Amino acid sequence: MDIERLRRIDRRWIFLLMAAGVWIPLLFRPVITVKPSPIVAAIFEKIESLPEGSKVLLSFDYGPSTVPENQPMAEAIARHVLHRRLKLYMDAAWATGQAQAEQCIESVIRTDFEDRVYGEDWVHLGYKAGNQGMINAILGGIRNLYTTDVAGKSVDEIPMMRDVQGLRDMSLIVDIGSGLPGVKEWIQFAGDPGNIPVAGGVTAVEALLLYPYYPRQLLGLMGGLQGAAEYEAALVEKYPEYLTDSKALTIMGPQYVAHLLIVVLIVLGNVAFFAQKRRDDRTRKGRAG
Amino acid sequence: MSGTDRLELWIAALLTLMIYSFLYKDNPFYKFAEHLFVGVSAAYYMVLAFWNTLIPNCFGQISPTLVGGVVPSIGMQPANPIRWVPLAFGLLLLLRLVPPVAHLSRWAMALVIGYAAGANFTRYLQSDFMVQVQSSMVPFVVRTEAGAIDVGPSVSNVVLVVGLLSALAYFFFSKEHTGLFGRASRLGIWTLMVAFGAAFGYTVMARVSLLIGRLQQLGDWIGSIF
Repeated sequence: MDIERLRRIDRRWIFLLMAAGVWIPLLFRPVITVKPSPIVAAIFEKIESLPEGSKVLLSFDYGPSTVPENQPMAEAIARHVLHRRLKLYMDAAWATGQAQAEQCIESVIRTDFEDRVYGEDWVHLGYKAGNQGMINAILGGIRNLYTTDVAGKSVDEIPMMRDVQGLRDMSLIVDIGSGLPGVKEWIQFAGDPGNIPVAGGVTAVEALLLYPYYPRQLLGLMGGLQGAAEYEAALVEKYPEYLTDSKALTIMGPQYVAHLLIVVLIVLGNVAFFAQKRRDDRTRKGRAG
Repeated sequence: MSGTDRLELWIAALLTLMIYSFLYKDNPFYKFAEHLFVGVSAAYYMVLAFWNTLIPNCFGQISPTLVGGVVPSIGMQPANPIRWVPLAFGLLLLLRLVPPVAHLSRWAMALVIGYAAGANFTRYLQSDFMVQVQSSMVPFVVRTEAGAIDVGPSVSNVVLVVGLLSALAYFFFSKEHTGLFGRASRLGIWTLMVAFGAAFGYTVMARVSLLIGRLQQLGDWIGSIF
């Protein structure tokens, strides 16, 4: 192998290789088997165990930049909650989260659950500014900030809001997040002080920082695309009719190929580095001799 | 696909290509997409904060009848004069733009910092210190209900405690890192390296996911053309 050539390869070839590594499996859609890990299964089991009519808050704390990871999580949770006839409350601590919630309503509620009634089975409260201050304020009284829903309708006119005073009335909070405020803030400002079960779905970058909270403070966690795919796998295993809606499962193929490619590139990079080091050592010894 | 959807797809695809063109080299198309993103983001946040927070939580509370003309449901609520206080502090914050009275903005800033520091301090102390310390006090030997040793959780607990203590030893600089303490500190570095490796792996997964999302949309765009 010509080590010198390998060391001087233009990085743009690597970009092209990576694009091909993702695009080719996207075209051929290889089927990848995914099994839910205990940390993801814990969320699924919790939703399965809730009695009909229980209240679940789904917070959209992310934006378009992390949609490939976060949106499949949010949609799988919304689908599961509505299938089990639980009451779904949607809010957003991120300004961009409100649009993501609307996207979720369009692709889940208006597609698969048209019979569910707005205000009785699900409600969209929209975005409120304040980050963790917002969570802190609605813990004791949701009307401290949410006087209206996203469309400007008074919350007192919404039937499913009548028996909700604060976050303590929720049976479960699921935060789908990608930064601050996110799962950590929901644990700190709602879960721990209110003794409310909190589960999360986050980007892979953030997942590692949240493992220390599991299982005492965090019921379960979906980390990145893998976490989303695991939740979809659990959902499809129990309710096979949702197989065609599984966005994360269908893009796990390109993810695997891209990872393999990166591993190969890291190995090649290391081979080139150590070979060069060995050659330099030999040259130095030759000069000294 | 409707005309609006098609237009959205074209805009998204062209902007994606403009951003990715940076991978070849810096160019005016990339710069245009970058500046457009910054401008649109700022406008979007401003409009959303105005209609979702300022209107229902501030102006609508101070003068429901006035705002009721635009958002009818707010017009039926009773006035809440206490909301003049946050409005006044908000205006004080803007006085930063008026040099002769700029110092008044510090009052509002002090309120924001004071609230944030107070609220965060108590929450961090409980959730990130007290409960985390409790969570790391785990038994080395975990038994099943039948009384047998549960190997998996036991090994996991030992790894957790040893990893935690050795990583802490690495950051303890009041004692020289020699002998047994030095070896513990060395193990701490290895623990940190494993954590960094896992973090790198997760980061790769996140970035590849984003790339997949973009390429999927570009695929949809190409599919819509042919």
